[in-house]
Amino acid sequence: MIGIGFGIKLKVWGDYACFTRPEMKVERVSYDVITPSAARGLLEAIYWKPAIFWKIDKIHVLNPIKFDNIRRNERPGKISARDVKTALKGGDVALYQDSTADTVQRASLVLRDVCYVIEAHFEMTDRAGPDDTIEKHYNIALRRMRKGQCFHHPYFGCREFPVQFELIEGEVPVSYYCGKKDGERDLGFMLYDIDFSDEMKAVFFRACMVDGVIDVQKCLCYGGVS
Amino acid sequence: MSEIIKNRYEFVLLFDVENGNPNGDPDMGNMPRVDPQTGHGIVTDVCLKRKIRDYVDLVKSGNAGYDIYVKSGAVLNDQHKKAYDYLGINPDSKKPKEDELTKFMCQNFFDIRTFGAVMTTEINCGQVRGPVQFSFGRSIDPIFQQEVTVTRCAVTNEKDAEKGQTMGKKQIVPYGLYRAEGYISAHLAKRTEFREEDLELLWDSLINMFEHDHSAARGKMSARKLIVFKHNNELGCCQSHVLFDKVKVERLSHDLPSRSFDDYKVTISGDMPNGVELIEKL
Repeated sequence: MIGIGFGIKLKVWGDYACFTRPEMKVERVSYDVITPSAARGLLEAIYWKPAIFWKIDKIHVLNPIKFDNIRRNERPGKISARDVKTALKGGDVALYQDSTADTVQRASLVLRDVCYVIEAHFEMTDRAGPDDTIEKHYNIALRRMRKGQCFHHPYFGCREFPVQFELIEGEVPVSYYCGKKDGERDLGFMLYDIDFSDEMKAVFFRACMVDGVIDVQKCLCYGGVS
Repeated sequence: MSEIIKNRYEFVLLFDVENGNPNGDPDMGNMPRVDPQTGHGIVTDVCLKRKIRDYVDLVKSGNAGYDIYVKSGAVLNDQHKKAYDYLGINPDSKKPKEDELTKFMCQNFFDIRTFGAVMTTEINCGQVRGPVQFSFGRSIDPIFQQEVTVTRCAVTNEKDAEKGQTMGKKQIVPYGLYRAEGYISAHLAKRTEFREEDLELLWDSLINMFEHDHSAARGKMSARKLIVFKHNNELGCCQSHVLFDKVKVERLSHDLPSRSFDDYKVTISGDMPNGVELIEKL
């Protein structure tokens, strides 16, 4: 690690979200709130370079947590690499999925009307070159967020749930849960992120929400499990 | 072959349904999908993508490079070989590299180039992300779901022969104007080689997809407006919600429920942020 970048606050919102729990992913059930991993992916959709990695500090849950059920026809299979190889070599294979025969109906329990503020910073990786200054990356990220630019459009867990985003340069809006009785919640063990350096190991943490704010780094200090 | 697209786009599609079911909900006995919290009608992203695939399969059937990976209904096998010929790949070539497979699929299949696909070949979860992203379509006003009972003057089984007729149910929305929004990323287009001509085909399919999807269940569905926002670069010039807010749809009939597109007024504010071009395709 070469250095730690300055923090940003990004307000993100959308009609739907699905941060799928790994234990319930055939018929998807979302976590109650965005995972740090999804928040990182969202930031990376806006700006990322191999020289930096985003770290999520806090997640402000601005809207009440609501769920909705959606059942869709889905395709259970994946494209077989072997068939593609055969086709590439000119072999005679049926390279398609038949959407009437190869269908399963799956329900998703998704979140509705979500709005978060993500507080994050980035750290430099060992892939940073001499030109990779913290200021440079910070300013590019800020510029993109201010102008609404992105590498590809960010989404809440699944691509059909797009994210609208806005850089927060002043105060963070007050959460629905601020001062409420149910604003203090133990959200249980949640996925923190996948550790790509360690054979894609999943890291979990005990997420606690206080007044609508999840202090991710503090929760991690109380113990991450991998 | 035309160039790979170099601009970010957003688009708003307005489409309506008259006496039909735009998208049935398997959880509710095929009643039209509805947001239980607000009563607004919903059409899923995958429902719209299905229609685009079917349209492209229809107009480009047999054309090299325009095959459809996720097909519906009857499948014509011999189409595929044409796509392989198009690449002119030497059958004796060495064992293909993994990314060669992905490239091959992107070049041959319009839907993989456009929407992406999950392939077992890549290391990173094995998926290609396509440049085109859809959100759920949502009706402007809460919809009214109606169940219509119909009769059939014939029976299926011999044992029911005395009955003479059977009853069935149809689920319809008398009228609903829906709005769907979408995003096209120029950066992801680079990875799947989504070209200008593919983009044109996508616009065509958005305008015409309902014309080739008539059925007893759908009723009368049509695309009413397609508004495209073209940014003058790959990253874009402003937030997408700013652009989406430029398209306002108002209901004119306040005393009666809406029953036609004339009951709505669509206003498109022309003052675009710097670098964004407004294109009314329909």
